[in-house]
Amino acid sequence: MQVTITINGKKYTRLIEPDMTLYSFVRDCGCYSVKCGCETTNCGLCTVWMDGKPVLSCSVLAARAEGHTITTLEGVQADAKVFTDFLTAEGAEQCGFCSPGFIMNVLAMKRELAHPTEAEIKQFLSGNLCRCTGYTSQMRAIRRYLEVEP
Amino acid sequence: MYTIRHFLRPDSLEEAYQTLLHARNNTVLGGCMWLRLGKRAIGTAIDLSSLGLDQITDTGDCIEIGAMVTLRQLETSGLLQQYFGALFCDAVSGIVGTQFRNTATVGGSIYGRFGFSDVLTAFLALPTQIKTCRHGILPLEEFASLPYEKDIVECLILPKQAVTCSYQHIRFQATDFPILACAVGMQADNTYRIAVGARPARACVAYVGTAPDPDVIAESLPYADNMRASAAYRRQVCPVLIRRALEEVQICK
Amino acid sequence: MKYVNTAVKKLDADALVQGKPVYTDDIASKDCLVIKLLRSPHAHAKITDIHTTVAEKVPGVELILTYKNAPHHRYTSAGQTYPEWSPYDRVLCDDTMRYVGDVAAVIAADTEKHAEQACKLIKVTYEVLEPVLDFETAKDNAVRVHDDDSFAKTPFGYAPERNLICTGCEDFGNFEEEYEKCAYTVDCTYYTPAQQQCMMETFRSYAYMEYSGRLTIVSSTQVPFHARRHVATMLGIPYTKVRVIKPRIGGGFGAKQTSVSEFYPAAVTWITGKPSKLLFTRQESFACSNSRHQMRIRVQAGCDEQGHVTAIHMQSLSNTGAYGEHGSTVVGLVGHKTIPLYNKLKGGRFSWDVVYTNIEPAAAFRGYGATQGTFALESTVNQLAEKAGIDAAEMRLRNIAKEGAEVFMTHEIKYINSTGLHGCITRGMELSGWKEKPHRWITPEGKIRGMGMAICMQGSGIANVDTASVELRLEDFGFYTLMIGATDMGTGCDTIFAQMVADCMHCPLEKVMVHGVDTDVSPYDPGSYASASTYVTGMAVVKACDTMQKLIVEEASRIMDCPIDTLKFDGSAIVSENGQSLSLDDLAWKLVAGPQTHQLVATASNGSPISPPPFMAGFAEVEVDPETGKTDIVQMTGVVDCGTTINRALARVQTEGGLSQGIGFALFENVQFQSNGKMMTDSFMNYKIPTRMDTGNIVVDFSESYEPTGPFGAKSIGEVVINTPAPAIAQAVYAATGVRVTSLPVTPEKIFMGMRKK
Repeated sequence: MQVTITINGKKYTRLIEPDMTLYSFVRDCGCYSVKCGCETTNCGLCTVWMDGKPVLSCSVLAARAEGHTITTLEGVQADAKVFTDFLTAEGAEQCGFCSPGFIMNVLAMKRELAHPTEAEIKQFLSGNLCRCTGYTSQMRAIRRYLEVEP
Repeated sequence: MYTIRHFLRPDSLEEAYQTLLHARNNTVLGGCMWLRLGKRAIGTAIDLSSLGLDQITDTGDCIEIGAMVTLRQLETSGLLQQYFGALFCDAVSGIVGTQFRNTATVGGSIYGRFGFSDVLTAFLALPTQIKTCRHGILPLEEFASLPYEKDIVECLILPKQAVTCSYQHIRFQATDFPILACAVGMQADNTYRIAVGARPARACVAYVGTAPDPDVIAESLPYADNMRASAAYRRQVCPVLIRRALEEVQICK
Repeated sequence: MKYVNTAVKKLDADALVQGKPVYTDDIASKDCLVIKLLRSPHAHAKITDIHTTVAEKVPGVELILTYKNAPHHRYTSAGQTYPEWSPYDRVLCDDTMRYVGDVAAVIAADTEKHAEQACKLIKVTYEVLEPVLDFETAKDNAVRVHDDDSFAKTPFGYAPERNLICTGCEDFGNFEEEYEKCAYTVDCTYYTPAQQQCMMETFRSYAYMEYSGRLTIVSSTQVPFHARRHVATMLGIPYTKVRVIKPRIGGGFGAKQTSVSEFYPAAVTWITGKPSKLLFTRQESFACSNSRHQMRIRVQAGCDEQGHVTAIHMQSLSNTGAYGEHGSTVVGLVGHKTIPLYNKLKGGRFSWDVVYTNIEPAAAFRGYGATQGTFALESTVNQLAEKAGIDAAEMRLRNIAKEGAEVFMTHEIKYINSTGLHGCITRGMELSGWKEKPHRWITPEGKIRGMGMAICMQGSGIANVDTASVELRLEDFGFYTLMIGATDMGTGCDTIFAQMVADCMHCPLEKVMVHGVDTDVSPYDPGSYASASTYVTGMAVVKACDTMQKLIVEEASRIMDCPIDTLKFDGSAIVSENGQSLSLDDLAWKLVAGPQTHQLVATASNGSPISPPPFMAGFAEVEVDPETGKTDIVQMTGVVDCGTTINRALARVQTEGGLSQGIGFALFENVQFQSNGKMMTDSFMNYKIPTRMDTGNIVVDFSESYEPTGPFGAKSIGEVVINTPAPAIAQAVYAATGVRVTSLPVTPEKIFMGMRKK
């Protein structure tokens, strides 16, 4: 089947199999930041935005994303840098494999929650697993990032 | 690995239902969260995205929750909060993560009637009705006990009457399935509805009445072992959750 | 400018947070064959026949390997220095299946779908055999896990006919006599499960043939040089035919110290000549790779009236699963990295058995046996402290070694060169409020708070085994390229070495390039494991820099025509006593132009006769819901002595991450099997690692010592950080509830049921 999906402002029209996931679609379109870490929707590595909302691209059918607007880390590099400068200063990216999905969710959180408490931050991001950092350094970076005016 | 032969986004519920009935391996797509867990060879995957079922609607007497409403919508809906307090927020906020809840659907959760379902447990504490293609409108607790059939959930219907609610659960880890879940709703006439889920069988209404006794209610339910906890443990902590929910409801009142 | 002991940003940080394509699957060629593995549904079975003809007809299928046509050379996949302690008990495709998930066939096709399709069409006839699933009954069981020609190159009691891969006993003084004399004794048996490493990037490798007929493997590995040997041995081809490249790695934690995915693309590409890749699913990563060793450890220990621990006996039974892997080396650390903490020891014994069973193989995981040993011994010392009526932290202070003290029951060191452990304990007491707070109190909400603590040690590399080589080049415009074989797996060792070079050569960090590992061009290094990189490879870096300084002055002396002893190199220029000056930049280009060229290359190797231990003290505060047993971490405090912290940010993140994994080990991570040996906890859905809502407040500090044999005084940090949470948390739960959980994880149900019994 043919689908047209807008990724990072550019339209991609492709012939796809109906069972193709959005994850595979965006990687085929060169968005290698998007990673896959599980088959059970638990890890958050494949997080992208669909119409501005963070979703797990491994569990969205590409066919379903037809006509929708997808954003990956490749499309928000300048916005992301405001946060990632704090992140890298802490060494909180460590192996980096979970970073893109995590960063996408942090940016979404800043947009969605006005002045989140520590508990609200953790809750919002609880679907982003990280095995390296123990999350503490990420929280330090987030706190500093949230102080930055939008 | 699952496979899908055809993808269909029907324009009417009737077309969706007829397609579903047409072949054994035709399937309705919910949020697709666990699609990849299966090894199903799906003939036609039926996507309900174009049917306007993604709204929580105030119909005057009722609140209608479309099957394609996401768990995140449940969690953040002002309307639901106005009538049922933090029930839905408390019930779903421990489910995996924000991204998951942004695509997981109410219809998928309710149709699935999963043994660990927080969503089903929460809705059962309210006088919820469900509308499906096969059965029309029926009480949710009735639907909850039906076997899996070829059917499409259209929406859930809640009377627009405030219910004081509490949701209690034990989780091994913050975003895991619950080991045990309990929802209590107290209606204006002081009638309690108590639902218990994750026993780990399908959630059920454990009590409806005005004088709930946690120990008696807990004792009346069957429990089972799974990898998260034993039946014995569940049986012993169930009264605790019921009691806490009742206490919270009474304080809120 | 000084870089060591500051928080330098990682060299690869920007690329990682920008999501650049730097990992194995990102750089694998798009047209490569996709490999799938057909895995055994039985824990123990013999394949009596296997038919692939139908599967081969699936369009796009390129190759199917089974025991009938696969290379049949015995190998070990454990990443260890040759000759490995690990038994050679694997072949690529065997006709005997030894656990649920063992490989029955390798399928390579043009697409994943075609490979999956072919996988389903392979017809396997299994003769199902009785499995050995319970490790406590494995030794001398009538069922043999390995009834083949497996062998060990360095046998330490390798006896597959008894399902034993290793057995042994060590004594110090006379344990029985000393145990008898003790005022207080504890005898307790502990169980620890096969914790999973769970790095975010699953196992994956990609292979292609080079123009020269050599096999190149790009792999997410901690051990590229060992992987080269593994693959060549498996294929029975000369080592010269194999090249391994390590790109950026999405975590390892020891899992990738074993070659797991490398063999299959290697075989497929070697046979077909076509590029191929294999990505493990998360399910395969859980159920069909490797884990921490499940163990049973009995500890008998005793102390005198003053709390001096004088007698310790640790008896460990370790489950290596279906293949030997790291079984024989891991078990040593159970005793060798725990008993030496207690310096008043008079009588000690450490004994071990490591058994084969029909479950997923166990291999390396951060802590490598010390984690299990620490849980057992520290839990025992906590019990002793209670019996003796001595505060648990005070008890440790009375027992630990001072600098210069002789150490017992380890081959890795004779004397303590450096220790900050005293400071770890006292600082940890401050940060956790150990003295001020009651160790049990009830909150206004009716929850019970409890506190507990533990200490631990690890090593820094493997004494007399690990060596590392580096090469430092002065490039044409006065900057340096550092070639290393140590493998940065997200830990930041590339950056740490750059910091060392910059400080040694007195140059800005920007002038140091660090090249990741490619076995064709990198100098030999066993890889990153055993907490070796900073200490072992780091010292090679320092040595190479010393040589480079000498070379620079020598060459400057020739060019400037000044005697060497009149010249000084300050990092940017070589200056003579009489005021002559030659900039490094000028020297550098002069060295690569004209007939008298001589590019400066300094090489150095380093091996250490000792493995100086880093130390740590961990303090846990928990809150238990007495009506459900649900336990939350309030605060986990860790204070580490890793010698000099080379990179303050990375050392902190390592510690926080290690504590978090330790919390998972203590509370959540529970490998479970069905009665037929199939793993139930083979996904993040059913195997729960801590989320950011589960770790509580993690507080970290350092109590630095100076290790004279380490670079800039550094020891290691990678592994020591995982060991304290389990015993500290179990003790905190005991303090709160009176329930002592001796079998990890400490689940709500165990606490609840324990409280009900009381």
